[in-house]
Amino acid sequence: MSYTPEQQFQHKIDQEIKIEPKDWMPEKYRQTLIRQISQHAHSEVVGMLPEGNWISRAPSLKRKAILLAKVQDEAGHGLYLYSAAETLGITRDEMYHQLHTGKAKYSSIFNYPTLTWADMGAIGWLVDGAAIMNQVPLCRTSYGPYARAMVRVCKEESFHQRQGFEILLVLSQGTDEQKAMCQDAINRWWWPSVMMFGPADEASPHTQQSMQWKIKRFTNDELRQKFVDICAEQVKTLGMTLPDPDLKWNEEKGHYDFGAINWEEFWQVVAGNGPCNKERLATRQKAWNDGAWVRDAATAHAAKKAAKHLHKVA
Amino acid sequence: MNIYWNQQWPAHIQYALFLADNALILAQQHSKWCGKGPILEQDIALSNIALDYLGQARNFYQLAAEELNQLEGVQFYTEDSLAYHRTDRNFVNLLLTELEQPNWGHCVLKTFLYSSFASLVFQKLMHIQAGELTAIAEKSNKELAYHKRWSQDWVIRLGDGTAESNTIMQQALNQIWPYAGECFIPANFETVFWQNHPSFFHELEKEWMDYLQTIFTEATLQLPAKQAWQTGGKQGIHTEQMGYVLAEMQYLQRTYPNSVW
Amino acid sequence: MQLIKQFFYGDYDAMKVAGNPADAAATPSVATQEWPIWEVFVRSKQGLDHKHVGSLHAADAAMAIENARDVYTRRQEGISIWVVESKYIHATNPDEAESLYEPAADKVYRHPTFYELPIELKHI
Repeated sequence: MSYTPEQQFQHKIDQEIKIEPKDWMPEKYRQTLIRQISQHAHSEVVGMLPEGNWISRAPSLKRKAILLAKVQDEAGHGLYLYSAAETLGITRDEMYHQLHTGKAKYSSIFNYPTLTWADMGAIGWLVDGAAIMNQVPLCRTSYGPYARAMVRVCKEESFHQRQGFEILLVLSQGTDEQKAMCQDAINRWWWPSVMMFGPADEASPHTQQSMQWKIKRFTNDELRQKFVDICAEQVKTLGMTLPDPDLKWNEEKGHYDFGAINWEEFWQVVAGNGPCNKERLATRQKAWNDGAWVRDAATAHAAKKAAKHLHKVA
Repeated sequence: MNIYWNQQWPAHIQYALFLADNALILAQQHSKWCGKGPILEQDIALSNIALDYLGQARNFYQLAAEELNQLEGVQFYTEDSLAYHRTDRNFVNLLLTELEQPNWGHCVLKTFLYSSFASLVFQKLMHIQAGELTAIAEKSNKELAYHKRWSQDWVIRLGDGTAESNTIMQQALNQIWPYAGECFIPANFETVFWQNHPSFFHELEKEWMDYLQTIFTEATLQLPAKQAWQTGGKQGIHTEQMGYVLAEMQYLQRTYPNSVW
Repeated sequence: MQLIKQFFYGDYDAMKVAGNPADAAATPSVATQEWPIWEVFVRSKQGLDHKHVGSLHAADAAMAIENARDVYTRRQEGISIWVVESKYIHATNPDEAESLYEPAADKVYRHPTFYELPIELKHI
């Protein structure tokens, strides 16, 4: 008996055989990947902005160098991910177009403002921490180019979270003003970070199919719980608290219980009504439009050079 | 506590601070472009360059701090106190480095002028035996060689590319060019530092100008007509821009003095 | 049967017309505005092969090399870089994989472990 392409495809996935760009794949798999990978890439690129906001004001030359290197890494990660998505038949220009027209989403966390230096620490610890939790399983995702990009991202990402925690650690041992700055940043970044794992499983429309295709390996809620468990312990090292009165160790479950998530806020920010949605998008659009003459000039110059070369050969 | 420039400091320390200030202010201006470049690949490239300059600044500041502490028998000078606790009247960077970078052409041109100038200086430093200064120059010069090639290629691409890009580049060059001359008009500490090489600045000017002319010709850009050079940076007399650059850079250190970060 | 087809690595539109690259060239799309894609190969240290590490966009070869250096060797990952514009990569067709690779599966005699020799025999 012979198998349908879908069956063969699912068989490969079940066998943990990676799918490569030119292999047959269901159209829906391709579309899901394009959506997820490009969203991920956009998040890296938009994510440069809130932290980029503090490079010029970093309080020491060492911190300035670290932050600049980190934000630059994010550009690199965006690039790896765009490249992975391009193997699925979409151009980077098209993806940018989707971003700039609001058709494509990026992680909502980047629509929150960075108000103090401590935010650099909180982002590193919480936002990168949540991102890593999402990303590590993606190193084994079923689509080869995506998995390879994620391996590279995770390898580079490992210093990001550590530098963030270290910023907070130094603040937590500093002056009263610094300690207050540290706690304030944790207070503002905690819930948005918890929301980074996306809607609850029962409200997540794509989860089941994505799990079957092994694009995703854990559900949103599984990862969220893991994140809360880890942070609830780590915050003790800082001598700070997480802003959740319901956070409590549950002996029976072996996990922390935590308070209700404000899903209304989540959906508002997704819908474009967060504190910085418009600003972030406008900044990206402006950068892209302002760069048009540079990209065009390079193309024109390359064409002239190629023509000259042809002329010489002839 | 502010640090004040002292003309009695040994010339080689003043010179190290000059090289550090140049690199820091250029890094500061470049890094504002992080996340806003014309395409991801070039965003990464300019950030790399900014990181190189930041690294150079730190090396030179650390050297100067060590020597100043020794000289004055204190533990007062650090890379950060030198960067964050001086006002603009006590910075000696070239005016060129502090200029605003309103478009990508300015980023490219400033990198081009500074890296090609500095690489000539650093090559000379590698030839004379100037101790630690030579060691830092050796390391930095490898970076500068890359900045020079990157920016040179871009000057040519953008100058030659399209009518629009040529216009933008020509305007940028017209704005920046008056600040080029300061590179080869020696300040006192430079004259003292290079006293055994009296023809250095003359040679530097000639070699540098010849090189620039070659590249600008290939880029179909016109050097502006000869005019008076804008100077003063090395004496701590800066453009109005500099106060804002430092206000931003030093804001946290100034707001929360005596804190560890 | 055509075993080797030209594929534009990463370019789905071109894949759809693979086999006749002229068609791809003749149909301009949004992509014509974009800088071309280049594949990047890095030699991580002397004595090893260049390995494919990813891709990027660049207007010309010189820029592709510089971009590759900035993007893929920020942590001293390499000592030598190759770049090749993706459209010049020719690839095998996965649909033909069986006819291309499976015939090698029964030629076990190509592998040294196929031969059972006396243990006392050395240096062979």
